Amino acid sequence: MAIRFEVNGVPQTGEPRPGQVLRTLLRDHGAFEVKKGCDAGDCGACTVDLDGEAVHSCITPAYRADGARVTTAAGLGTPESPHPVQRAFLEAGGYQCGFCTPGMVVTAAHLDDEAIASAREGDWDAAHRHLKGNYCRCTGYRSIRDAVTGIVNTGDAATASSVGTAARPPAGARVVTGREPYTLDLDTTGVLHLAVLPSPHAHARIRSIDTRAAEGMPGVVAVLTHRDSPATLFSTGRHESRLDDPDDTLVLDTVMRHIGQRVAAVVAESPAEAERAAAAIVVDYEVLPAVFDPDEARLPGAPLLHGEKTDARLADPARNTVAESAAERGDVERALATAHVVVGDTFRTGRVTHAALETHGARGWLDDDGRLVIRSSTQVPYLVRDEVARIIGWDPSRVRVFAARVGGGFGGKQELLTEDLVALAVLKTGRAVQLEYARPDQFVRAPLRHPMKVSVRMGADADGTITAIDVDHLMDTGAYGNHGVGVMYHAISESIALYRVANVRVHAQSVYTNNPPSGAFRGYGLGQVIFAIESAVDELARRLGVDPFELRRRNVVVPGDLIRTTDEGEPDDIAYDGAHGAGQVLDLVEAALAESQSADADAAPPGWLVGTGVALAMIATIPPRGHIGNAVARLLPGGEVEIEVGTAEFGNGTTTVHAQLAATLLGTTLDRVRIRQSDTDVAGHDTGAYGSTGVVVAGKALHRALTEVREIVRARVAGASPGAVPPEPDFGPGVVRVGEAEFTYDELLASGPVESHGFHDGRPRTVAFNCHGIRVAVDADTGEVRILSSVQAADAGTVLNPEQLRGQIEGATAQGIGTALYEEVLVRDGAVVNPVFRGYRVPKITDVPPTRVLFADTSSDLGPFGAKSMSEAPYNPVAPAIANAIRDAIGVRPTELPAGYDRVWRLLHPDG
Amino acid sequence: MDVIDLDRVLVPTTEPELDEAMRAGARPIAGGTWFFSERRQGSPVAVDLTRMGWPVLERTGDGIRLAATATMRELQLLPVAGMPAARIFAAVVERLLGGWKIHRVATVGGNIALGLPAGPMTSLFAGLDADAVIQGPGGAERRMPVGDFVGGALRPALDPGELLRAISVPAATLAGRAGFRRGVLIPKGRSGVFAVAHLDTRGRYVHAVTAATPHPHVLRFDAVPDAATLRAAIDDAVGDDWLDDPHGAPDWRRAMSLRFAESIRRQLESGGDPDPAEATNGWW
Repeated sequence: MAIRFEVNGVPQTGEPRPGQVLRTLLRDHGAFEVKKGCDAGDCGACTVDLDGEAVHSCITPAYRADGARVTTAAGLGTPESPHPVQRAFLEAGGYQCGFCTPGMVVTAAHLDDEAIASAREGDWDAAHRHLKGNYCRCTGYRSIRDAVTGIVNTGDAATASSVGTAARPPAGARVVTGREPYTLDLDTTGVLHLAVLPSPHAHARIRSIDTRAAEGMPGVVAVLTHRDSPATLFSTGRHESRLDDPDDTLVLDTVMRHIGQRVAAVVAESPAEAERAAAAIVVDYEVLPAVFDPDEARLPGAPLLHGEKTDARLADPARNTVAESAAERGDVERALATAHVVVGDTFRTGRVTHAALETHGARGWLDDDGRLVIRSSTQVPYLVRDEVARIIGWDPSRVRVFAARVGGGFGGKQELLTEDLVALAVLKTGRAVQLEYARPDQFVRAPLRHPMKVSVRMGADADGTITAIDVDHLMDTGAYGNHGVGVMYHAISESIALYRVANVRVHAQSVYTNNPPSGAFRGYGLGQVIFAIESAVDELARRLGVDPFELRRRNVVVPGDLIRTTDEGEPDDIAYDGAHGAGQVLDLVEAALAESQSADADAAPPGWLVGTGVALAMIATIPPRGHIGNAVARLLPGGEVEIEVGTAEFGNGTTTVHAQLAATLLGTTLDRVRIRQSDTDVAGHDTGAYGSTGVVVAGKALHRALTEVREIVRARVAGASPGAVPPEPDFGPGVVRVGEAEFTYDELLASGPVESHGFHDGRPRTVAFNCHGIRVAVDADTGEVRILSSVQAADAGTVLNPEQLRGQIEGATAQGIGTALYEEVLVRDGAVVNPVFRGYRVPKITDVPPTRVLFADTSSDLGPFGAKSMSEAPYNPVAPAIANAIRDAIGVRPTELPAGYDRVWRLLHPDG
Repeated sequence: MDVIDLDRVLVPTTEPELDEAMRAGARPIAGGTWFFSERRQGSPVAVDLTRMGWPVLERTGDGIRLAATATMRELQLLPVAGMPAARIFAAVVERLLGGWKIHRVATVGGNIALGLPAGPMTSLFAGLDADAVIQGPGGAERRMPVGDFVGGALRPALDPGELLRAISVPAATLAGRAGFRRGVLIPKGRSGVFAVAHLDTRGRYVHAVTAATPHPHVLRFDAVPDAATLRAAIDDAVGDDWLDDPHGAPDWRRAMSLRFAESIRRQLESGGDPDPAEATNGWW
């Protein structure tokens, strides 16, 4: 059926397929601002205006657009002339990755004046109900609320360009008007599409695959099975050293180790043809015994997942053990035996999905030189390039990987999940091929946060000195070992090293099961163990009768202390430098909670139990064993500055900071800074955007390049005042002045390029601290937990962009609240029970209270302008602070996350 | 999402066209908010009911009849003067997990015909002991209580060729009073427990246990029961059949179902209107 409709004022005709929805019809007509977040009507990223009504276009049948006028975010306004709502989002900074923003602004444009007026008066009910169908995973919603009420938090290039100002992301105007292209926002003409056949079994061996029916189906170009797969084992987890992760994965394997694993893949002319053909592949499986409990998986006799892989760098493939560590400093048993107080418990955490609004996706093609090019939603383009080249047996110089703006990451895109299959399909067909994950794929095939079981015993003497910590840690790394080593070692490091303790013992084990794979998640294992440690410290404070802030003050490391757990010696590359950030963040949170005490008491519903909790977290500012950044800075003819950085932008805001560094060091404004980034063809090797390194590694490399550019300029203008000591050049926008003389960039460039390269290898490192304070009210009858106060203090060193840093902390807090109270990917017998947003609880705008954000007054000599990293860290103390507050309120300690209302109720009513 | 196994979508405007489509085995689409949200197998033909022009509200001799195609928004805006029990309609719609953009599209009948334990329309109309009006081939109609119509996840009591045409609510119910209370694991989230009860003008008391069990349990009393009777009736009816899914643990669901049942019972017994607010109101 042919239909006529208008998109942003332009008449269109279309012939929608039966069953096609408006979202894909609009994208077929080039409206790439209409995003796919869930494709199920839950998240709102695809919202458009259909004849004056906002609709979720992903659940609107395309034929209903016949005769209709459609307005998308791109039709509301342009970067030069944004709609008032778009301008409000830009000025408030009401976005981070920006993937949800086109749908958010279309929805917000429908807010009525009354709802906005009420919100300005503090009554958010109507505005919240209006926006609750639009998820944002990055911001924590405060900045979106500010956009609704018209609060301006950022400045334009003229007023906010240098470090320390609330500069706007360079892509901001494009993001809010739907112009910023994300990974797959590209014309699909002539492009092939991949669909994957998922394993129905948690553990099985393929006896045979019959692809004949699939190959004969309409649109099918190729079918890929294990027979097409290179024999090269690799890991989907990516690190600077590829040896960090076990080589346990094939592009297509003959053994299925979890439900949802790729069995085979179809390449076809359309996504639907690929999907239908994938379903027609006939597979004969030999079903194998499976194991789902990591405690059972490590016992003798358990089914082995990778038992044959004796050279994959596995700790013990015969015990399903990816990594294991056991060490002791001092004598823990003796210290516990003589302690005045000993506490102990076992803590468990659930699986969490990153819920980045942009799913994984990649498109590959061969360029005119025969190079393989892959555009991917990745945090680590260089690492993906190197490993894809290795898998297909090509020299890395023949492969280029790049990322456009990435729609959220949170660690989930420190993986090689789509690019290998895309590469194989491109090589097989010679054509451009893309693979786009559906939202359920994010739950069943993309890695989730590692579930952990952590037993802690902790002893202290009568004056509150912690004398011993004993940690027994077990984590379920799932069917594959991506990040199964790194997460384990990180989990048991800063979480324990936070306290100065004479006797420390740690046993940790990372174990395969036939569950979906676990992987990198914001905090990289620390948060799960910090939940256990900070709960134990809280219990110790209660038993000792010491205030929990005071107990932490007495035991926390101070500048000069060694940052170590079980090592006897001094660590070689990490030290606590600068001021006592840990002490400051404790003081700030304690004072803030005291301030809000009476208002919270008034706000608590009558009869509810009120409690306060605190947790402290430490994080190394850079991952261990090297993190590489290369950067280039150059002056361009005409007066602009160009910078190249390898790291990726996924809403973390590092690109803004990089531009601010350039503007500050070269005296220019953000609108005169051009940025080329996240592309293996620019800058030189970059380890990538993980471990919170965008500022302290890539930014540091860039700082060096920019400083060198200043030196080149200084040398070039030195002749302007012969004889005298050359005065310091004065850098202005597009010009450099020396005394009376003024040089344009063109004049400076007349005698050759002004360009330099900077490098940083991520060493040495320091530590940063975050303290979170929470006050809750708990309804003993239902288990409902309501947050009355939330405050976080961060030791971020010099704050380079206060609005962005605030946004990072608020977003991390929202994610922490989700982890603490709401979110859990439920897996039963290896199958994900709730692989869609409506069965999972990503916090909505109604679920995230405001968090007061405070900054410590510290500085690190290691970061640019004294900055420390602060991206993962703010997530870590949130859940334990909430758990400690619940404990304070109800008198029983939650030991399992999420501490959902049903579990909290059960703690109070153990007999039902 | 694109539904990839459809060959045709029919959009009838007359009963004969609809009848023909249903005889051909077409899958009904109402708002489509669920139909286009998940992959599922089914007939290659679908039929969109939204152009049938069925009146949202018909007043019949013994009450009202709501078109299955009435949207949640239309239900919210329904004039409820003279129907005290209907005052909870608007509040129940607000409890739908989806927001206002969904309310304008999703339908009363679609929500019920999904057969989901946590459909707010199922909860509402089971609690009002309304009838599902089922239309079969040739326009033949049959009726059954909504509580019986929903048999569990995705299992409505529809035979091939049948569709849910309307919901019929008796006048005696509407003239009485109704209340509900909901339990969720996140504010404004999907229901884990949805207790709805009403007291009609003849003194009959009906309580529905919904969302906490795979399908509604409707308990009917000739008068307001006492606390122990209601509690025992719920436990007898449900037994161990409390749902265990991502929206709540079975023991919590039982406890909340009993607690909310008693709280509504007390308020209806005392003659007051139950507080339509739920336990969770969000942060402000």
